[in-house]
Amino acid sequence: MSGLWHNAGWHGKAIALLLLLAFLAAPLVSDRYLLSVLILVFYFAYLGQAWNLLMGFAGQLSLGHALYLGLGAYTATALWTLFGIGPWIGVFIAIPVAAAAGMFVGWLGWRFAIEGVYFALLTIAFAEFTRIGFDHLQITGASGGLFLSVNGPGADKWWNLGGGPLLYYYLSLILAVGATFLVARLRQSSLGYRWLAVRENPEAAQAVGINIFRARMIAMLISSSMTAVGGVFYGFYYRNLFPSQVFDISRSIELILAPIIGGLGTIFGPVVGAIILTPLGESLTGLMEAFGINAPGAKLIFYGIVLMIIISLRPDGVWPWLARHLKLDGARK
Amino acid sequence: MTALLSVRDLSKHFRGLAAVSHVSFDVNPGEIFAIIGPNGAGKTTLFNMIAGAMAPNGGTITFAGEHIEGLRSDQVAQRGIGRTFQVVKPFPALTVEDNVVVGALMRTNALGEARKVAHEVLTQLDLIGKRDQLASSLTLPDRKRLEVARALATRPQLLLLDEVMAGLRPTETDRIVSILRDLNRSGLTILLIEHVMRAVTALASRILVLHHGAAIAEGTPDDVLRNPAVIESYLGAEAL
Repeated sequence: MSGLWHNAGWHGKAIALLLLLAFLAAPLVSDRYLLSVLILVFYFAYLGQAWNLLMGFAGQLSLGHALYLGLGAYTATALWTLFGIGPWIGVFIAIPVAAAAGMFVGWLGWRFAIEGVYFALLTIAFAEFTRIGFDHLQITGASGGLFLSVNGPGADKWWNLGGGPLLYYYLSLILAVGATFLVARLRQSSLGYRWLAVRENPEAAQAVGINIFRARMIAMLISSSMTAVGGVFYGFYYRNLFPSQVFDISRSIELILAPIIGGLGTIFGPVVGAIILTPLGESLTGLMEAFGINAPGAKLIFYGIVLMIIISLRPDGVWPWLARHLKLDGARK
Repeated sequence: MTALLSVRDLSKHFRGLAAVSHVSFDVNPGEIFAIIGPNGAGKTTLFNMIAGAMAPNGGTITFAGEHIEGLRSDQVAQRGIGRTFQVVKPFPALTVEDNVVVGALMRTNALGEARKVAHEVLTQLDLIGKRDQLASSLTLPDRKRLEVARALATRPQLLLLDEVMAGLRPTETDRIVSILRDLNRSGLTILLIEHVMRAVTALASRILVLHHGAAIAEGTPDDVLRNPAVIESYLGAEAL
């Protein structure tokens, strides 16, 4: 990040600082609803960073990140409801669980040269059969779901993530900003360059001494670990988990939209994408209500149309275009 | 003199077809060694086995005293063999400089150091003025030199060049020839596969001729190009 920070022009720095200050101060002027929208913005920015690391940098398409999200969420919430182990400890158990799953999927795919869309299919398959497995796992409530009690001993304490929206607001903000810093730092490291080389041309990358299997596995390790942390957040924020929701392919899809709309393989793409998409979904809901349209799926149709328009106008994502217009020299970053 | 690269009895079959059969040769430190032969003679297969892109069915490859046959291409690169690709493979979305930086990162994890190496190599190859362009925007001659630059940035002892002059105009060929000669003078050993005879005769100290996967002649350019078997199989009527 230090490199990126030094390279940014003065107005790039100013915009970044102003935005951060605005987000820090937002709870002073926001109502509960606006706060909940912003929490989702940060949540999707965070998960977008995690996914973009694997796809945008290392060039490996995962359509099954719900697997790591769900494993993270279930591990930490089950530890809490079954054994009373708090989320701050639980997260450090959730990470290795999800990372192990990620490493297994990665090993299976890349060790046996399953690449591109075939690898994507593999990631979907693992998320799907984990969903089916959890549907029958009695200890976590099977398909009936896992619920976090709100009045057990210590459940209302902040260190057990029992606080109100304000706690989750700042937590999600820290996650999003932290992930952006981490990703920026990785991008500017020798590892980041190796990822880009592997993404651009694996054969040529290997010819300059890069162990492409190892480079991809490291990307998977970091990406699945980060996603697990997002899962812990998800579990404690919503306080209920159903396999049919958390492991569903729609979870995997919704978390890849922000980086695609914002700009694949860029550092600020996932952030910009999340800032556009979440309020867009919310305002469409509002518009539908205002116009009295309540046909099922109507909102998703309009949401899809808007996404198509954005993608056709800015095929590289919104961020590279925005960066050029704001005259920030980070357009390709 | 002990050879830097020693190939013994190397063979590769694709199903029934013997692409390379029982080829042996030595490349001495500091020389420029050329492999020529008609299309389909097995040059690129031979080359890919040395670079680790393909495992041989039989025979040995010794580099700097170590057996390298069957190693992965990244392991071969780590041991000091740099290569270019016949069909150029740049990292298209990266700048020219970053393409070369990736190569330099094989020897160091420090980006500043890698950038320094990249600048030296880009200057050597006359690409320094284009360092901020995307590799995808380069013309073919520039891409060919970028291939060489990226390989050189790994600081190889031996550079494998796969038809690096194919498709270039004579002036561009001469430019690469003089760059390669300079590199060789500074101690780099070069093994090249080439169709452009003008470049081969200008550069190579020794030539190996492949035909249907077998070595049919080896020696100095003068000897080889007068060899009747070579003239018949490769140079053809135009040389007579």
